[in-house]
Amino acid sequence: MQLELFKRDAPSGKMLVAAPFMALGLTVLTSGVMFAVMGFNPVAALYEYFIAPLTELWSVYELLLKAGPLILIALGLAVCYRANIWNIGAEGQFTMGAIFGSIPPILFPEWTSWTTLPTMLILGMVGGALYGGIPAFLKVKFRANEILTSLMLAYIALLILDYLVRGPWRDPGGFNFPESRNFSDEQSLATLEGSRLHFGILIAFAAVPVMWFFMSRTLAGHAFKVVGEAPRAARFAGFSSKTLTYAALMFSGALAGLAGIMEVAGPIGELRPTISPGYGFTAIIVAFLGRLNPWGIMFAGLLLALSFLGGEAAQITLGLSDKMARVVQGMLLFFVLGCDTLVRYQIRLTPNPKATPVATASEATDAA
Amino acid sequence: MKRLTSSLLALGAAAALSMGVATSAQADDETVKAAFLYVGPISDHGWSYAHDQARLAMEAELGDMVETTYLESVPEGADAVRALERLARTDHDIIFATSFGYMESVQEVAERFPNVVFEHATGYLSSDNFANYNGHFYEGRYILGKIAGLETESNTIGYIASYAIPEVVSGINAFMLGAQSVNPDVEVKIIWVNTWYDPPREAEAANALIDQGADILVQHTDSTAQLQAAQERGVRGFGNDSDMSAFAPEAQLTAIVNNWTPYYVERVQAVADGTWETGSAMGSMANGMVQMAPFANMSDETRAVAEETMAGIIAGDIHPFAGPIFNQDGEEVVAEGEQAPLDMILGMNFYIQGIDDAYPN
Amino acid sequence: MLLEGILVTIVGAATPIVLAAIGELVAERSGVLNLGVEGMMIMGAVVAFGVALTTGNPYLGVIAGGLAGIAMSLLFGFFTVYLASNQVATGLALTLLGLGLAGLIGESFVGTPGVRLEAITIPALSAIPFIGPALFDRDILVYLSFTIVAGVSYTMFKTRIGLILRATGENAEAAHALGRDVRLIRMGAVAFGGLCAGLGGAYLSLVLTAQWTEGMSAGRGWIALAIVVFATWLPWRALAGAYLFGGVIILQLHAQAFGIRVPPQAMTMLPYIATIVALVLLSRNQAVMRRNTPAALGRAFVPDR
Repeated sequence: MQLELFKRDAPSGKMLVAAPFMALGLTVLTSGVMFAVMGFNPVAALYEYFIAPLTELWSVYELLLKAGPLILIALGLAVCYRANIWNIGAEGQFTMGAIFGSIPPILFPEWTSWTTLPTMLILGMVGGALYGGIPAFLKVKFRANEILTSLMLAYIALLILDYLVRGPWRDPGGFNFPESRNFSDEQSLATLEGSRLHFGILIAFAAVPVMWFFMSRTLAGHAFKVVGEAPRAARFAGFSSKTLTYAALMFSGALAGLAGIMEVAGPIGELRPTISPGYGFTAIIVAFLGRLNPWGIMFAGLLLALSFLGGEAAQITLGLSDKMARVVQGMLLFFVLGCDTLVRYQIRLTPNPKATPVATASEATDAA
Repeated sequence: MKRLTSSLLALGAAAALSMGVATSAQADDETVKAAFLYVGPISDHGWSYAHDQARLAMEAELGDMVETTYLESVPEGADAVRALERLARTDHDIIFATSFGYMESVQEVAERFPNVVFEHATGYLSSDNFANYNGHFYEGRYILGKIAGLETESNTIGYIASYAIPEVVSGINAFMLGAQSVNPDVEVKIIWVNTWYDPPREAEAANALIDQGADILVQHTDSTAQLQAAQERGVRGFGNDSDMSAFAPEAQLTAIVNNWTPYYVERVQAVADGTWETGSAMGSMANGMVQMAPFANMSDETRAVAEETMAGIIAGDIHPFAGPIFNQDGEEVVAEGEQAPLDMILGMNFYIQGIDDAYPN
Repeated sequence: MLLEGILVTIVGAATPIVLAAIGELVAERSGVLNLGVEGMMIMGAVVAFGVALTTGNPYLGVIAGGLAGIAMSLLFGFFTVYLASNQVATGLALTLLGLGLAGLIGESFVGTPGVRLEAITIPALSAIPFIGPALFDRDILVYLSFTIVAGVSYTMFKTRIGLILRATGENAEAAHALGRDVRLIRMGAVAFGGLCAGLGGAYLSLVLTAQWTEGMSAGRGWIALAIVVFATWLPWRALAGAYLFGGVIILQLHAQAFGIRVPPQAMTMLPYIATIVALVLLSRNQAVMRRNTPAALGRAFVPDR
């Protein structure tokens, strides 16, 4: 028997809807089995992972807080990936956004007018865009592979942040500990009363319909898709692949940078050596889980945030290892990618033509 | 804007789920629920491991009256606040946050959960329900210095350091003061690995130091890798945070052992008795928070000096930062007959004279 | 003496990267980009450590580490080669899954000293000054790394199998038209990549540190990926690249020990900057790049019927 793919004439609409649910079902099933093997009640564990975090209001706020940066970054990444530009250094652009955006509160702490915060957000986007522009430049100018340059730049950005908060940007009143001065109220995002949910999360969720409109209803959005799917056609249509490379990387850098400054001007409130639990890397998964579609990305971001919160809850209530969350996320992505094949292809098991006689012979022997 | 946000969120939330109203935590039964937040995996055999060992020991000592939970590998920043809040909301009475980087997070959550008490390791902030605790680990490093100064033959010590924060810098200075007191020719070579925990990199740093002539290694990082490297190359070194002799029985001279157990027992007991009060606890060799692993692989004379120094520190006769102390520029920073004030030690940002190296940053 | 020591440590730092890179190089030559090297490596490290510990035999550990790498790569191969799923995303999923699974498996090994893979001294050669101790007084994995690089180089350019492999990576449709089973060839190449990454992982937990710690691959899988591009998909260049990289890591440590003081962050940054610079310099030479880059890299192949 051999597994064969048959290309569909057109992507199957039914499968397009069904595939994510199949993937989720398979993930639940497989992780349930794993929980059972590890000696946990699978129903209880699955409840902790996927339901419990939704049963309390504070935890829903936290879910949105965690999902916000993931969604914002992934929206930008999706533009890149549509154009076949593999930016995997969003963590660096996030960090650089946080650094640029923190210039006003750290270097000009006395500047606390109503213009401070907007300036910080804009600087954050500029920082992210410039940092995203480096791999674009290296790709356009030298054809250097952006997967690797953007990743290396991510490591470099983390070290630059580390240097700044341990060195020149250290809080003068902080006993030489590695953190910047705290941002004042005027330098921070307003929060919802009684929670940590800040104004920036609204921006992240508002970006979803905007990006949907941009990608599916505008010529520029169309250009990214064409250059990704049919580069030659794009050239004929007059889209410059150089311009698009810059645009895609700088745009996704800007969104990641915005997420970065909103994280430090929001829940963190200062610059410190660690500002991201790997948002930039996790967002890559979110982008693919959401199949590069803005609405899909929104749900994927929420789902992934849920698995983080659920993993934490399960650690406390059941004593389930924190590594399990990563395993669940990895499985989920595998299944989504596998199930997506069904959208474009039909899968059939066919007898292998060459192997057929042998198989028959061995079956005959077995029967005898 | 706030109002708008709120109604939008409520709408989304209501559609998706049934909401439970959270209440703040306080145990109504007799058992005290204690929680621990670790920055690394408890498997690091270093910092987080030492805290977790103390958690287990405390549990064993207090028996049924305490129940413990922990969260490991919790990143500092926004995630730490959520983790702390979750612990506070799940009826925990006392929460130990065991990394410096959690300080602001603890402050924020402690403000919102006045009925829960918080304990933060190695920071400097506190409030009514938020205490901090730390240990004078430099006391141990002074003893390491004496041992290294006496045992080295090449007069070159290799020092693997993590980050230039006061705790590490004061450790280097205390070590050198100890070493200089028994061996004026001793030299130290420092490598900053810029991580608390990356075993292969720490091993590479150890090998580099050994290749440059170091015959004793000191570490202020968390893994056992450099001791293993030392053993393999036939030199000796010191463990950190916990007794690491299982990894290098022939190489470990001794180790600074962070013994958090008595403090955890005392504080949990206080919560049970209703006598808990905030404060800044400073553990030391005298009260048992700073301990030394058995002195091994050294001459009897060195062992005697080490034991004598330890007894002196415990009795209060010896203070590692007793004057006169000069900085690298030759300026006197602590006068003869005086001791460095605690503030200077906790915020230390200079090298003492005799460290032939530029201060980082 | 100092120079000898530096060489010895450079070989140690480079070997896991050489192994992982040469395996990935073969996979990419067949047209498959596997970004899951880090995940395969860490699984190799934990399984090798566990098997060596329980059996007391480090050689069984080495074999088990390789097998673990293969198992992970087959999972990746099934999705990308047979289900034609996106290689970049699947590779990332593999990394995530590998890091999580390895952490789970390794929980019971925590705080346990491991079994070390001892050196096998080659008489006479090991007495050569400078390079003797660095190259001929080592464990089997160091010898293996050179053997594999030589074997891959020979096979790829001097044998029929190598020709078929390269043809598959160059133009899968054409290879298929010639009657080659493209997917089987790619599965084979991916599995070889898994084997090598697993061995590289075994080196971390059996030689470099003889202990298991979570996340101990610490980004070395990603470096291996960079080395492959750096090497323009040529085996001996991959070896050179890995040694250059190992050299930068070790020399920055020595510079520090000599008292050369720049911010430690800048030192840690050096290998990453070096990689970018090397990439740029090589990518500029388009003739070399075009000659060696597998044209079908990253593109799924589905046979038409």
